[in-house]
Amino acid sequence: MAKQYKVVHCTVNGKEIEQVVDVRSSLTDMLRNDLHLTSVKKGCEVGECGACTVIINGEGFNSCIYLAVWAEGKEIWTLEGLTGPGGELSDIQQAFVDEGAIQCGFCTPGFIMTSWEIVNSGKEYTDDELRKALSGHLCRCTGYENIFRAVKKTMLRHLGKFEEAELVNSQGITEYPEPMPFK
Amino acid sequence: MSNKYIGQAVTRLDAHDKAMGRIKYTDDMCDKSALVIRVLHSTVANGIVKSIDTSEAEKIPGVVRIFTCFDLKEKHYYPTAGHPWSTDPHHQDIADRLIMTDHPLFYGDDIGAVVAEDEVAASQALRILEKSVVYEELPFVLDAQEAMEEGAPLLHEKFPNNVLAHTEIHMGSVEEAIKEPGLIKCEGWYETQPVQHCHIENFICYAYGEGDRTVVVTSTQIPHIVRRVIGQATGMDWGKFRVIKPYVGGGFGNKQDVLYEPLCAWISIQLGGRLVKLDVPREETFICNRIRHAIKYHITSWMRPDGSFAARTFKAWCNNGAYSSHGHAIAAKGLNAFPQLYPCDNIDGETWTVYTNRSVAGAMRGYGMPQASYAFEVHAEDCARAVGMDPLEFRRKNLMPVGYYHAFSKNELYSDTFNQCFDKGAEIIGYYEKAKKYANQTGDIRRGIAASTFWYNTAVYPIALETSSCRIVMNQDGSVQFQLGETEIGQGADTVAAQMIADTVGIPLSMVHPISCQDTDVTPFGTGVYASRGTYTLGFSVRQTALLLKEKILEAAHQFTRMPVYNLDLVDGKIIRTTDGRELMTIGELALSKLYTTEGSQHLTAESTYQIKSNAYSFGVCFAEVEVDIPMCRVRVLNIVNVHDCGQVINPLLAAGQVHGGQSMGIGYALSEKLLWDEKTGRPLNNNLLDYKMSSFMDHPRLVADFVENYEPTSAYGTKGLGEPPTCPVAPAIRNAIGQATGVYINELPLSPHTLFREFTDAGLINDSFAEE
Repeated sequence: MAKQYKVVHCTVNGKEIEQVVDVRSSLTDMLRNDLHLTSVKKGCEVGECGACTVIINGEGFNSCIYLAVWAEGKEIWTLEGLTGPGGELSDIQQAFVDEGAIQCGFCTPGFIMTSWEIVNSGKEYTDDELRKALSGHLCRCTGYENIFRAVKKTMLRHLGKFEEAELVNSQGITEYPEPMPFK
Repeated sequence: MSNKYIGQAVTRLDAHDKAMGRIKYTDDMCDKSALVIRVLHSTVANGIVKSIDTSEAEKIPGVVRIFTCFDLKEKHYYPTAGHPWSTDPHHQDIADRLIMTDHPLFYGDDIGAVVAEDEVAASQALRILEKSVVYEELPFVLDAQEAMEEGAPLLHEKFPNNVLAHTEIHMGSVEEAIKEPGLIKCEGWYETQPVQHCHIENFICYAYGEGDRTVVVTSTQIPHIVRRVIGQATGMDWGKFRVIKPYVGGGFGNKQDVLYEPLCAWISIQLGGRLVKLDVPREETFICNRIRHAIKYHITSWMRPDGSFAARTFKAWCNNGAYSSHGHAIAAKGLNAFPQLYPCDNIDGETWTVYTNRSVAGAMRGYGMPQASYAFEVHAEDCARAVGMDPLEFRRKNLMPVGYYHAFSKNELYSDTFNQCFDKGAEIIGYYEKAKKYANQTGDIRRGIAASTFWYNTAVYPIALETSSCRIVMNQDGSVQFQLGETEIGQGADTVAAQMIADTVGIPLSMVHPISCQDTDVTPFGTGVYASRGTYTLGFSVRQTALLLKEKILEAAHQFTRMPVYNLDLVDGKIIRTTDGRELMTIGELALSKLYTTEGSQHLTAESTYQIKSNAYSFGVCFAEVEVDIPMCRVRVLNIVNVHDCGQVINPLLAAGQVHGGQSMGIGYALSEKLLWDEKTGRPLNNNLLDYKMSSFMDHPRLVADFVENYEPTSAYGTKGLGEPPTCPVAPAIRNAIGQATGVYINELPLSPHTLFREFTDAGLINDSFAEE
């Protein structure tokens, strides 16, 4: 099959771009190879692991199963775009650092993008809803424990519930809730 | 030395850059001009490659070159295990692997490779090439015990009956001991399944020529070992290769093996040093890297009515897959642990490691002990029930006692670790109240609670070499860089080493910088990270080297302050006169002066190697509380608590993270993960993250990690192994809890709905028409 190329116009991390892509390319390929946004990770390339998650028009997508040509006219955010111009971390990034939610770091960019969508949604997720919303991401290092805490705390802070955020269990064992029954 | 940073929950030094997404992993560093390698894998489980017709595949635009097993003119068999080399031939790993083979021994074995300008061309060529391979198919065997039978297909001529190794232990006399009247016998078969590491970064490497050498950049735990093995696999001098390890997206033991670095380097050499990249797809990571050994156990115990052991026997059959990789070491670890965890005067034990036509099993977090712990702790639970004792009291009575000394390893249990961990864990989870509450339940949905322990040690002494090297280089402002042979792979080795250096040298942590990217040309020699050894082994060389540097600093301070060295100290970045506590100069002033002085200018650096001749037990416990939906055959983990004694905790935040990761891997191992092969063809059936069920965010309860800290006396900083232990006790704790809830005690893994359906039906808990069909 002969190669076919197409020009894609979109906004990436707030910047308008025009990019020639092979029509067979995934958005992951375009972001990594053409735009050098290497925070977008490849863990499976079939939409199973979530490492390549980016925000497209406000919603998280696995960019590995999203064709680059579909990005035409879209607004895309990757992890690189969350860091401020002076290198300052956004609150969700900082929470991942502070809560020990990062180990090897390979799943981190995708996780932070979905978390960013959650904390900016203005919605208060229950614990079960949070777990479900984050379950498109696989992590083998953390057991998700500290990631959960980072996201929940940041979500509560976004909702102005600062005191409640501080009460989210830290790595201590004093508060031990009665588990919820089967649903 | 005072502990300012040791024991503190400082955040990872690389966390900030990882949160920004600017940390470079292997693929991020590779130039986009790289040619792409895709490996041609066998589609038979055992056979001879008669021919491969490359002509059609070569016509695909973008294909640069196709290599087949017939292009390998010199056959250099090589070992792949990430073990330290031994100059004694009897202690060397088995060399049974080739870069490409014309006699594939498992579905997925490497028989050729396509090199193309891009992934699409490489994949298209590969699909055509796969159809052009002509095999003479041979019978294959997937089960370890069947592979030992007469007439089973033989994988390696030097290993009759496919037995890679067989070892035995005998203590006292089981035959005599069981004559004692009134003994109670408990016996069982216990079976564990093959699983995969599933680090989110697949294995990847790339290679290129530089001068007359080849540089290999690879996602590995063991760069110095990789260099040696590439040399062995290509028949070239080891110094002809330079191996670079960038940040690694998880290893868990899979990357403690040499995987595709030799093939990648060899191809680059064939192409005159062109840049070639070998990025393993997830589907191939599952079956063409390494997996966890499936091990089948048979254990019998004879107990007195008071619950003490009179005699015990242990047998294990370990399915090693098609090549040796780590070989017998994994099965042997379980055999070695058996008489130690529950000591008994009369023991017979034996274990076989067996070649089969399955994916190659190697190191994986726990190194045989998640399997053995399952058998040990499931059996212990059943023994307690057989004698009518509380399972926790039974363990407390029989577990390795304080002061236990193991002559071969020189390990000693210095503290009352087991009881302390059980006490703490039981209190956190409310074990005794819940165990009582959950006794004698009826109904469809029931809860259970149980505990489990395990045996583990920290490093590989005295079985293999333990050596650690460190280099610390001081800058003009008194800050330092350091390098270690122990690799950062996500566990936090760089951060804990920096904490140690800051405290030992006496400078702020903000002045200590790890050089995380390792390069065998410049990083001091080390064998990498494995065996939960990192924090323990690096501690020795870090402390020794930091003290050497401090000695040089204080000598320089003597030059500039005129004070005798014995009256000087370096504390928090300041040279202090110890006699009156006066601050004489800062480390920045000293470092600057020492470099630029016109009398005795010196670059302040230190480097040293420490050979470790000790090891340390590292124990802990797991408590699990589950809810079982009997008609749905579903288990939900409600609560899980691990308590570990890893000695001095250097960094509580990172230590808890290690425990969480181990618990998580243990939950998947207990409930859902299992690699499957088609019995008729030997073809893998679920080598992807959709069909292979890792435990996801929703399968996890809140994970609780806690510690008892008994300072390890053999250790440079009182610390000992923690990376692997948390995985070991999880599956048996969950199994025992399911047993408490339902009365059905299951002896295999995973405890998936498929297994539970069969077991609950057999036990009469489910009896509908569907089950009776």
